[in-house]
Order: sequence, then structure tokens, then C-alpha cells
Amino acid sequence: MSLIVSNITKTFDHFPALTDVSFQAEPGEFLALLGPSGSGKTTLLRLLAGLDQPNTGTVQFDGIDYLALNPRDRRIGMVFQSYALFRHMSVAQNIAFGLTVRPSKERPSKSEIKATVERLLKLIQLEDFGHRYPSQLSGGQRQRVALARALAINPRILLLDEPFGALDALVRKDLRRWLRQIHDETGVTTIFVTHDQEEALDLADRVVVLKSGQIEQIGKPVELYHRPQTEFVFDFLGSSNPAPARVDGDTAHFDGFSVPVISATPLNGQKTTRFRPFDTQLATEGAGFKAKLVSVLPAGPSLRLELKGADGTLYEVHQAHDSNAADLKVRDTVYIRPTKVYAF
Amino acid sequence: MSPPASTPATHVVPEGFKPPKVTHNTRVLPGFKLSLGLTITYLSLIVLIPLAALIARPWEHGLEAVINTVTDERVLASLKVTFGISFAAAIANLFTGLAVAWVLTRYEFPGKRILDALVDLPFALPTAVAGISLCTMYATNGWIGSLLEPLGIRVSYTPLGIFVALVFVGLPFIVRSVQPVLAEFDAEVEEAATTLGASPLQTAFRVILPALAPALLTGFSLAFARAVGEYGSVIFIAGNMPFLSEITPLLIVIKLEEFDYAGAATVALTLLSLSFLVLIVLNAAQLILSKRGQK
Repeated sequence: MSLIVSNITKTFDHFPALTDVSFQAEPGEFLALLGPSGSGKTTLLRLLAGLDQPNTGTVQFDGIDYLALNPRDRRIGMVFQSYALFRHMSVAQNIAFGLTVRPSKERPSKSEIKATVERLLKLIQLEDFGHRYPSQLSGGQRQRVALARALAINPRILLLDEPFGALDALVRKDLRRWLRQIHDETGVTTIFVTHDQEEALDLADRVVVLKSGQIEQIGKPVELYHRPQTEFVFDFLGSSNPAPARVDGDTAHFDGFSVPVISATPLNGQKTTRFRPFDTQLATEGAGFKAKLVSVLPAGPSLRLELKGADGTLYEVHQAHDSNAADLKVRDTVYIRPTKVYAF
Repeated sequence: MSPPASTPATHVVPEGFKPPKVTHNTRVLPGFKLSLGLTITYLSLIVLIPLAALIARPWEHGLEAVINTVTDERVLASLKVTFGISFAAAIANLFTGLAVAWVLTRYEFPGKRILDALVDLPFALPTAVAGISLCTMYATNGWIGSLLEPLGIRVSYTPLGIFVALVFVGLPFIVRSVQPVLAEFDAEVEEAATTLGASPLQTAFRVILPALAPALLTGFSLAFARAVGEYGSVIFIAGNMPFLSEITPLLIVIKLEEFDYAGAATVALTLLSLSFLVLIVLNAAQLILSKRGQK
């Protein structure tokens, strides 16, 4: 029952939107397609749904050639960023739509459809909203209706295209958690597209990172974070600081100190390594990158410090609220020392 | 499963609270009193005073004369012709107008812009010119009429001719009402219907057409209202046989030429009242449609 995507290439008017993309989704897996806008993630989703055809490559689900199937026979539930609800239908009619358009032989009876709609309304916590129209709902409620409508056809795969993109931060966070619960309950293979790395890492079992139509890395959130394969993945998943160093196997040598290096392959020679804002120590003297403090701001669980190096490099450093950093003043001179660096 | 918790409220909003409405009095154009005064004066001069004169005129020979005029067989027959054929023409335009709007919004083809401009021609053409050319085309020796003649269909100088003329003048109303709605229809909504298993026909009839219904109704109302009042194009092609192909506006002109001003005003008022009634019904339908959550 796994989804196998192999060697998909898609060009629009000579613009390569996707180049040789291959990945696999295991049954019941929650997969995120992560990438900046223009990376081809929505194109990929539309190919899976059958709304577009690739130039080359294959899509197989449970041994069936999906590219040969008409989109309406693929039984893929799709949730759009714009919700795409039918405005002239009530919430209940929207949810029932996928069942009522089936040919009469396969169509469930009226009472079965009603029961399905009620079950789904309950699932999306909108039991009393069946008779309302989409224009009478909030954005978050509309997106839940769109999800229920997609689930009503008992989909083999659920596809979500930036489902929370148009919602505000708090609603987004709630819906995200709730979507994960629904996924765990229904067990349907789910693929969702996002440009928000936090969302992808928070929700997905595995993340496919796309850049300019090509896969950069596929892995579990923790793997991506701790073992990024490319500079792009490292930079896309969070803030990073540059640090030129002489790399010698698993150690990076700086002026006066050395730290361990994390890299996909053993490296040697002069490299621009990178380090995360929280993999740092600050001191008022000793070895490290000399920098002047520009600003100190509370950023959630830690303090975020902006510093400017002697050569003009900007550094972002995170320190605990109760650390010595809290006593620093703007324009103080400090020495930044990474505790580990990444090299590519 | 826990419900998606909403944003924690910092203070409770009272039940049924609505923020105060923004007043438009002071926005952009200054002088609410001045502009309202202008509006009322203008509407009075152009619409209300002539209308009042029309309403006042029929009664100068008493109520009995009014009733006699309205119940005159010839007047009743003309009303039947006018409203019946106007309705039929608007219905026909509903289908053809939708098809034209569909082709003009959904497909790209050479000459599309010219075709698009042609739709407005019935707006621009003097109606008499339209009437004369339609009449010539559909006469038994005309280009189209000569083809229909062997089939036993005569258009010019019959009620069918009135229908053709009214279809001609009504088409742009439907096309121009539907076109913008169709053009702005969210493609993702159609795609959603497809992924849910709807066939193209099901998508058209259950998703797109209901969304177009208000625009279609608007276009229908406009085309119908225009057809009821149409004069120029119809009189050339209709043949104007009393009881058969005589339209009410023509009857009004005939009465005027006979210096029967009260009679003309009576017929005009009857025509106006009936049109108004139909438009009220159509507007009520429009309201019901918009209550269904449509714009």
C-alpha cells in the first residue's frame, strides 16, 4: 500500500519545475514536502492528484500505475490552501459531495451518507454547523470542513497544499496538532506541502526537502536537524552563522581553539563552516570571534543576541535567560565560541 | 480528541455584540446633504416626475374608461404577445448567452477579442437598423429566410420574428452578467470537485452552474425588461397583425397617433405595473439565492 514516486520530471514552457524526483511514502506515513516558494512542491502535489501530468516518471500506489488513472478515479483527498469549498452548498452538502457524485451503483444510501457526514462533522468538531454555509464560517472552520470533505471519500492518500497558510499563528498551531491527531486516528497516508520548516518538523514523520525542483534530502525531522546533507538544508531549517576554519577530519581549527565538525563526508582543508545560534558560548575574554553586541531580545525560551564581528560579519547567538549574557550591554565586546560546527 | 482550542480570550465579548458600523457620510466625497439633494433632484427630474405624470393621466375619463381599455381584447392580446415572447426570448438567451460567455472566458482562440466586441453590437446598433436587417435576412427571399421557407418556417412578419428580434437585443445582457463571474471562478473549486470524483458534467451542473445562478438571474431580468420595452427592432419584423403579432409598445404608439392620450397612458401604466411585478418576483428569487450563502 505504499506510494512510490520515481524519476518525475516536469517542465513548464522549458522551465524545469521538477527534475528527477523520486521518493516513497510508507502506508500510513505522514510526509512533509518542504521547500521555499518555487521549489516545485505544489507542482509535485498536483501531479499526484492528477491535476497535471509529468513529462517523465512514474507514480505507483499499491502496485497500480496512478498516472494512467483519471484524477477522479484515484481516490485522493486534496485540501487546497484556498479551501475551495462549494459556496452554494451547506457544510453538510460540501462534505457529502464526494459520495453523492458517485455512480448510482457505488453510491451509498442516503442514510449512510447522512451517517458519514455526521461522523465527520463530529471529527472536525463542527456538529452543529452542518446547515451553515461556508461564508458563515471562520477560516479555521472552513479548512476543517475542507478536510472533512476530502476524508469523506475514504481516500487512499490525503494531500494538503499549505493547508494552514492563510490562518493566523495561534489557529495554525491548534489545527496542526489536531491534524496530526486525525491522521493518527484515520491512518491514511498523508502528504502535505509547506514552506514553514517549523510546521514540517513538528508534524511529519519524514520530511522531503525540495530546492529548485530537486530533492535535497529526505529524512526524519531529527535526522534533518542533526545530520543535514547540504548547506541548503542546514540554512533552511534555522538560523546559521558562518565561520571560516581549517577542517581536519572531524575537527575544525580556529584561531586559538578547536571544535568537533559534523559533516556528511570526511572533509579536509579550508572551509566556511556553519554553526547554530544555540551551539555557542559567550565570554568577555579568551579565544573566539571578537564581536560587538548590537541587540539583546527575548525570543521565547532563550535570549537572542545580535552581534557584529570585527570584519562586519553578523552573528545570531541564543543564550539562556539566566546566563551571563543577560548582563551584557549593547556595544560590549564579547568573544563568540561555537561548541560544534557543520561543514559541507 | 480535544477540540482545537481557540485563542484565549483576554476579556469576554458580550453575547450578540456587534462593533459599531462605519458611517459613510464623511468618506471620500464630502457633503452628504449636497450629494443626496442632487441625487433626489436628478432622479425626480428624470424618473419620478414623468412617472407621476404617467400615473395621473389615465383617470381623466373615469375608472370605467380605464377598465374598458385594459380589458380590451386587443390590449390583452398584445400584452400576451409582449410578455410571452419576451419571456421566451430571455429563456433562450439564458442558454445561448451562457454558452457564449463560457466560450469567451474558458478558451483561447484567434479572433476571440473581435467576437467579444461583437457581443456588444446589439447595445450599440440603432434598434431600427437591427429590425430592418433582421427582417431582410429572415424574409422568405432573404439569406436565412429562404433556407427556412422549404421547411415551412416563416420568421419575418410572424410572432417568431418578434422572438428573433428580442433574442438579438437581449443577448449582451446575459453574456455581460455571466462573463465576469465565470472569469473569476476559482479554478481550485473545480479541481476540488474533480478530486472528489465528480465527472466534468457533474462539475458543470452541480458546482459551476449553481455558482453562476445569481448572475444568470440578473442577466435574465435585464434581458426580459429590455425585451418588454423593445419597440424599434420589433415593429419592422413583426408584421404587426392585431391579436397575433402586435406588441404593447406599438399599441401605445397607435393610441397616441389617434390622440387617445388617456388610453395610451392606461396601456403604458398596465405594461409598467406588470413589468414591475415580474421584476419584484425576480428580485425576490435573487434574494433567496443570496441567502443561500452566495454573493
